[in-house]
Amino acid sequence: MSLLSARGVTLSFGTTPALRGADLTVAAGEILAIMGPSGSGKSTLLHCLAGILVPDEGEIHCDGQRIDTLGENGRSELRREKFGFVFQFGQLVPELTAEENVALPLLLNGVKRAEAVRQARAWFPRLGLDGLGHRRSGELSGGQAQRVALARGMVARPRVLFADEPTGSLDSLTGEQVMGLMVDTAREEGTTVVVVTHEPRVAAYADREVTVRDGKVHGVSMETVGAS
Amino acid sequence: MTVPLTLLGLLEREPSHGYDLKRDYDAFFGRGKPLSFGQVYSTLSRLTRDGKVVVSEVGPGEGPDRKRYVITDTGATEVSTWLTQPVEPEPHLQTTLFAKVTLSLMLGRPAEEYLDRQRTAHLQRMRELTELKRSGELVDALLADHGLFHLEADLRWIELTASRLDALAREVTK
Repeated sequence: MSLLSARGVTLSFGTTPALRGADLTVAAGEILAIMGPSGSGKSTLLHCLAGILVPDEGEIHCDGQRIDTLGENGRSELRREKFGFVFQFGQLVPELTAEENVALPLLLNGVKRAEAVRQARAWFPRLGLDGLGHRRSGELSGGQAQRVALARGMVARPRVLFADEPTGSLDSLTGEQVMGLMVDTAREEGTTVVVVTHEPRVAAYADREVTVRDGKVHGVSMETVGAS
Repeated sequence: MTVPLTLLGLLEREPSHGYDLKRDYDAFFGRGKPLSFGQVYSTLSRLTRDGKVVVSEVGPGEGPDRKRYVITDTGATEVSTWLTQPVEPEPHLQTTLFAKVTLSLMLGRPAEEYLDRQRTAHLQRMRELTELKRSGELVDALLADHGLFHLEADLRWIELTASRLDALAREVTK
């Protein structure tokens, strides 16, 4: 069953077209990789699906609701309540501890501080972060910081986790550990994942991949692929 | 060339019966491609003929065969040389992928669609290897990684070729 869809999505930055009629459907619980060369429009598509950017034309639906016509407040609420995010760089608030960073989405959703911290703490052993809750981002390795970011993306139990090049700043082995944890926790929680990556080894953790080229989505179903 | 030398290497570890040798080969190196008994015994026969292995005794092993094979100094020297020599780096310039793309363009067929299908097939295999890596032992993970890196290299070539199809079409059809 489709949870997220884009239909005929077009978006230009000034006179430069980024998306030219992109179509995409993501099933509930699916882990989808969006691939493509630099500048192909894959991150722009993710931002449209996540309600961060509003397309010039086309429609975005999530969970039966059209989201591209929502105002800024409506999209902001949607992002807080239904979406989680993991990005490549600089996403942790440096002044906060790892634990406070993870608790942040819950606090923004109105959860009381003690309860938010309690829920945040539960993610640390799950992601191999035992004993690191009181460290600030500058005191964490890249892989640890990205696992904290993953915990923050998942703590509010989002319907969809959006990850934009989540392993882009990590070495190969650490990146794969982060991807493994992301896939495992998403499956345990029943969370749909949309991950943008240019790395085939990262995309190989997904159930399916599509490629964005020249602002359009290309994907071939496995039924039509026969080795020869 | 790899199978005889690998069997020879296993014999350097310890003398073995053919049955046990096949079992060890399959466990460590088979990975879905087990050796047939025929291949094991014909290889041992050649190694014996070439003086790299001798039959030390005739006695019971775990399997039905009774010959116990022992590596000779000649065999051990060959294993030692093999293990220190780098494998010839092959450029693989005339791969099937290359031939399919070039021929498609020559014949005016949709090379881009072929590359899309190939990309999908490669990624499907990478998914299988990733699953194997995550669920298996470290030996499985290392073998899967070897496959993954090669598939990734192919995919890089696919991406680069996809972005150069127009130029390549002009080149091969002039």
